[in-house]
Amino acid sequence: MQASSIEPRVRENNMDFEVRSQDTICVNESQQQHPWWYNLKYMAVGILFGIVLVKAEVISWFRIQEMFRLQSFHMYGVIGSAVVVGIISVWLIKRFNIKTIHGEKVIFHPKQFNKGQVYGGLLFGLGWAITGACPGPLFAQIGTGALVVTVVLVSAIAGTWMYGYLREKLPH
Amino acid sequence: MLTIIFAVNNKKMTEVLRGPWPWYVAGPLIGLTVPALLLLGNKHFGISANLRHLCAACFPGRIKFFQYDWKKEIWNFFFVAGILAGGLIAARLLVNPQPVSIAPALAKELAGYGIHDHQGLLPAELFSWQSLFSLRGLIMLVGGGFLTGFGTRYAGGCTSGHAIMGLSNLQWPSLVATVMFMAGGFLMANLVLPFILRL
Repeated sequence: MQASSIEPRVRENNMDFEVRSQDTICVNESQQQHPWWYNLKYMAVGILFGIVLVKAEVISWFRIQEMFRLQSFHMYGVIGSAVVVGIISVWLIKRFNIKTIHGEKVIFHPKQFNKGQVYGGLLFGLGWAITGACPGPLFAQIGTGALVVTVVLVSAIAGTWMYGYLREKLPH
Repeated sequence: MLTIIFAVNNKKMTEVLRGPWPWYVAGPLIGLTVPALLLLGNKHFGISANLRHLCAACFPGRIKFFQYDWKKEIWNFFFVAGILAGGLIAARLLVNPQPVSIAPALAKELAGYGIHDHQGLLPAELFSWQSLFSLRGLIMLVGGGFLTGFGTRYAGGCTSGHAIMGLSNLQWPSLVATVMFMAGGFLMANLVLPFILRL
């Protein structure tokens, strides 16, 4: 597929309005169809990511408490250097128009501001400091054998569902 | 990862990998997840979206927010399955024999709440099935999880989607979300959590 022909098609074919409203990120931007086992490459990235989360103690409840009490630089270093590397990577991809391994143009969508980022962000922060885990570490914690964390995960899924249920009534 | 492996000689290698990895190794590796997913197939780094896809797949009800083609996002389930497997591998093969080192001030404060277990990454006094049957444990595990799940979707992303992916793409709404994440965390850890931990 030619890169130039992809972008207009994305806009026209994007009937998936609801997946994009409020959150344009965390989605599949590819228009290509592949067999299911192509997804194993994302599992490989996930495995490396999970190992890093555990070994850098990002999934530790103690490290998160230290972060929010300004008792350690560790988490600030982790998140800060991750963002710096991310910014440079995204800039390089845009600047040199680097394609995916399947030859597709990498697509970015601007994030729309809404009040959810304020209210929701605050609620998320409150939860994060209690559980000591954001969604990624939850999965890694369960992987390390902390099976009681499945309760936290199920509760987070319930919270997500409740948001979907109440969404029309919430300020955005 | 390869550089680390080559940088240290064989005998010390396992020792180095088993100990806690410093931030300047872990942070850049986490940052590299962003281009890795983009270049492997135009996928935008984000984890909390999985919780939504799970709702859409299993119990969408008649809720509009869960009516979409979740099968298109199945890559994200593979990604989190990988995180789970990564946790398992790290805990089995690269286990740190030493107790977790904790800031002395935090250790002292936690001791006041009866939390003395520093053996693993999660204190057993809070993260165990027994704890679930106490008021403190119930509030922390169930309440904390609910707030995390509700808040992340309301905000349109979590630490990965906003703080890492969003900031990498210089999106100011993601900066707003990140600042609010931190504000909520500071409020909870310093003003509210001490009361919960005393329960």
